[in-house]
Amino acid sequence: MAQREISLTGRKRPLETLLKLTLNLASVLAIFVTLGIVLSMVFEAWKFFQMVSVTEFLFGLEWSPQTAIRADQVGSSGSFGAVPLIAGTLLISSIAMVVAAPIGLISAIYLSEYASARVRAWVKPLLEMLAGIPSVVYGFFAALVVAPFIRMSGGQFGLEVASESALAAGLVMGVMIIPLISSLSDDVLNAVPSSLREASLGLGATQAETIKKVIVPAAIPGIAGSFLLAASAAIGETMIVVMAAGLAANLTANPLEAVTTVTAQIVALLTGDQEFDSAKTLSAFALGLLLFATTLILNIIAMRIVNKYREQYD
Amino acid sequence: MSKEPIITTRNVDVFYGDKQALNGVTLDVPRNKVTSLIGPSGCGKSTFLRSINRMNDLVDICRVEGEIMVEGKNIYDKDVDVVALRAHIGMVFQKPNPFPKSIFENVIYGPKIHGMIKSKSDAEEIVETSLRRAGLWKEVADRLQEPGTSLSGGQQQRLCIARAIAVKPSIILMDEPASALDPIATAVIEELIDELRQNYTIIIVTHSMQQAARVSQRTAFFHMGDLVESGATKELFTSPRDERTQNYISGRIG
Amino acid sequence: MTDLFTTASGHLRARHRAEWRFRWLGRLAIVFSLGFLLIMLFSITSLGKGALSRAEIQLSIDLSAASSLEDVNFQKAVRSALFATFPEVTDRSDKRALLKLLSSDSGYELARMVEENPALLGQETTLWFTASDDIDMYEKGAIDANLPENRRRLKDTTLGWVRTLESRNALRSVFNTAFFTSGDSREPELAGIFSALVGSILSLIVCFALSFPLGIMAALSLEEFSKKSRWSDFIEVNINNLAAVPSIVFGLLGMAIILNVFGLPRSSPLVGGMVLALMTLPTIIIASRAALRSVPPSIREAALGMGATRVQTTFHHVLPLAMPGMLTGAIVGMARALGETAPLIMIGMVAFIVDVPQGFTDAATSLPVQIFLWADSPERAFLEKTSAAILVLLGLLIVMNIAAVVLRKKFERRY
Repeated sequence: MAQREISLTGRKRPLETLLKLTLNLASVLAIFVTLGIVLSMVFEAWKFFQMVSVTEFLFGLEWSPQTAIRADQVGSSGSFGAVPLIAGTLLISSIAMVVAAPIGLISAIYLSEYASARVRAWVKPLLEMLAGIPSVVYGFFAALVVAPFIRMSGGQFGLEVASESALAAGLVMGVMIIPLISSLSDDVLNAVPSSLREASLGLGATQAETIKKVIVPAAIPGIAGSFLLAASAAIGETMIVVMAAGLAANLTANPLEAVTTVTAQIVALLTGDQEFDSAKTLSAFALGLLLFATTLILNIIAMRIVNKYREQYD
Repeated sequence: MSKEPIITTRNVDVFYGDKQALNGVTLDVPRNKVTSLIGPSGCGKSTFLRSINRMNDLVDICRVEGEIMVEGKNIYDKDVDVVALRAHIGMVFQKPNPFPKSIFENVIYGPKIHGMIKSKSDAEEIVETSLRRAGLWKEVADRLQEPGTSLSGGQQQRLCIARAIAVKPSIILMDEPASALDPIATAVIEELIDELRQNYTIIIVTHSMQQAARVSQRTAFFHMGDLVESGATKELFTSPRDERTQNYISGRIG
Repeated sequence: MTDLFTTASGHLRARHRAEWRFRWLGRLAIVFSLGFLLIMLFSITSLGKGALSRAEIQLSIDLSAASSLEDVNFQKAVRSALFATFPEVTDRSDKRALLKLLSSDSGYELARMVEENPALLGQETTLWFTASDDIDMYEKGAIDANLPENRRRLKDTTLGWVRTLESRNALRSVFNTAFFTSGDSREPELAGIFSALVGSILSLIVCFALSFPLGIMAALSLEEFSKKSRWSDFIEVNINNLAAVPSIVFGLLGMAIILNVFGLPRSSPLVGGMVLALMTLPTIIIASRAALRSVPPSIREAALGMGATRVQTTFHHVLPLAMPGMLTGAIVGMARALGETAPLIMIGMVAFIVDVPQGFTDAATSLPVQIFLWADSPERAFLEKTSAAILVLLGLLIVMNIAAVVLRKKFERRY
């Protein structure tokens, strides 16, 4: 049999080079998408800020966008003060976090420290199901069951509750983000070295004392990261607020009143009849930019914290 | 102080699921002495140590049979409270494991949870005495607020000993306390163990026969889950009765 | 000394109580979440199961005068059959109320029946027609006949007719096939999810066709063909961030760039799928990278040691082993895309779609958007349609997730 000739000098493989190039292009796509988001929003928002000043947008207390009646009337087409929307978003997200942070964290603690392997195997996927249910389903449930229930219970105590209260939307949103907090916190708690657990128990601490005074403090950075990610998800959540929170731009801190949010307004502004390049339509992109920037900052901080934490115990 | 042994165990079997890790261990541990447990890895010496303060309870599949009497009370009785038990029997682990808190907080942790602290001066006093007894006071007196993890390995282990002492136990269990340390830090720890014997009963698991010979008055040799023999350290090392002990101390097994 | 280790002191007892409380707090937290899930699923199921049946009314249709399809005014035929059933009704407004027993579509219904079965022409037969939503609701017990007349949707006269029909066995309940086979309608008794479902499927096809190959390519590039550098770190941060960007932002992106810059057709599954692909891409990249990382280095070393190039090693050995993991990630990503609503609303997939979309560029809607639209409708009957559509959506999601789990289990660590 003839020996195969082997040359030790490199053979050119143009096809492989091309292939690698294509693959690298695909990975750069992520950057293009981010860039696309930023550019498209900045571009449209820029046009908006030609009509409405940035200060009016960021600090104005009244939100009532209207389509211009005449073409030359653009500047005066309603008022675009985003403060009521920002306040509404924060109100609903805060309610959601008030529900999700303790319940998510305590569930994570129970699952990682107390539950037997069997209970864990059942409960964990069930909890994660909560995150897998589409938000439109939560929105429907919030509007159909939770809001009327809160209105009715409020009535029992003589409280005036709006039919689209911030409380209903926030509560349901809170349940939706529980698994975000619980599964990430669960990971974080499991990463706390068991030597710390043994040290505390060896000193005669009860399990609860060990958890409260040693495990949770050691895991605080990771837990904070999970809270931030959940808050970011709450701020960006759209369908629940569109369906259950309504469009009334009230500036209030009362959870029993109706408020609106940044995301709900974006949907309202861009559905139905729209004329392009009107202040009303463009304001949606200004709101989008605000939303994107806020969630981006929250996400980056959260990921930094979580990564730092992971390195600490690696 | 009584001459009676502080711990007596009778026919202790320990199982992990179906696997038996200890076979009928019967041992007396004398008060205010250092007893070392030696033997090749996997012989059951750590398992035995961890049954004494019921740290084995943390392992779901672990089951203990037989009698372990501490101060005349079977610690596996139904009415025994592990929390109270572990306050009485301190433990020091293989790798130093200070909490990610200040040195002060590390030492005061145990007394705090056991409600031993009534005032700020109580706390300061406990911290100082514990650190003094652990031979660490001079090194850390001026930096009690620094994190315990900022200390060197040997210092961390002494901090863990101080933390255990602070709860005022009468027995201290040590699971290879010097195995993660350099020779100098090891020597400091060994000296410390010798001093501590005046106030505490110490049981130490070690993989080093030299260490056992240096620090302990009594030694028990474990092999494949059996307690092969136990006695005064000197005797056990110079005239072992069992062939397996002989083989182990001469380096033929282990 | 015997009580040395027993729970003697009050302090110790208090600590054990705290332990007990804390443990129960944990159980309570989990019970709260699972209880919420249960209540939500239960209330939606109990509402939605009504959509599986619908009421039908039997009428005796006289087509004896007709010999061909063109001869018949179907609308009129149904009407006169209905009036003939209740000859005592003569008043004009009562007659109008009588017509409301039937779905407004019943003329077409008859036309369809005759088209399918021309033998009906030239004779008198009894046929079943879809009842209106109010009758349907009454049949399902959603309208309380004991309420005073001015507080319920069915007036006393109508109720009387319904009872007459019942006594003649001319009212029945059948399985509602229309719900699964027809598109949206203004009349709840005729509305179905089929066109929305097709819209969802078409969008998902586009989404998968774009995001799966691109996701794998990006993952290969990052895991196999690039060294760790500032640049690759930057890409990674970008991908992780995109995974957490609110979905509505992707909708805005789709609107500003895909619709307005590239001018692709609004409301189409093509654009919907593209937006969903951008959203799913990070998920797929992350899952694919994890799958590639789980292929042991020994396999790469073995291939490289035989003299294979990096590219050959990757495509012949590493990629096939990582494929099940990547597919699992893709299914999970598709399941998320299937439930996504907000970005599709942004690109106009909220249209009222009766017809089934025939291609990727037809106007379409999707299942979750259909749910959103129906949830907004005031009619009581749409409530059960919405719930039933949610059940279909959840069913599909469960199937997809089970598929992902099965796939993962089947290919778990063969090496």
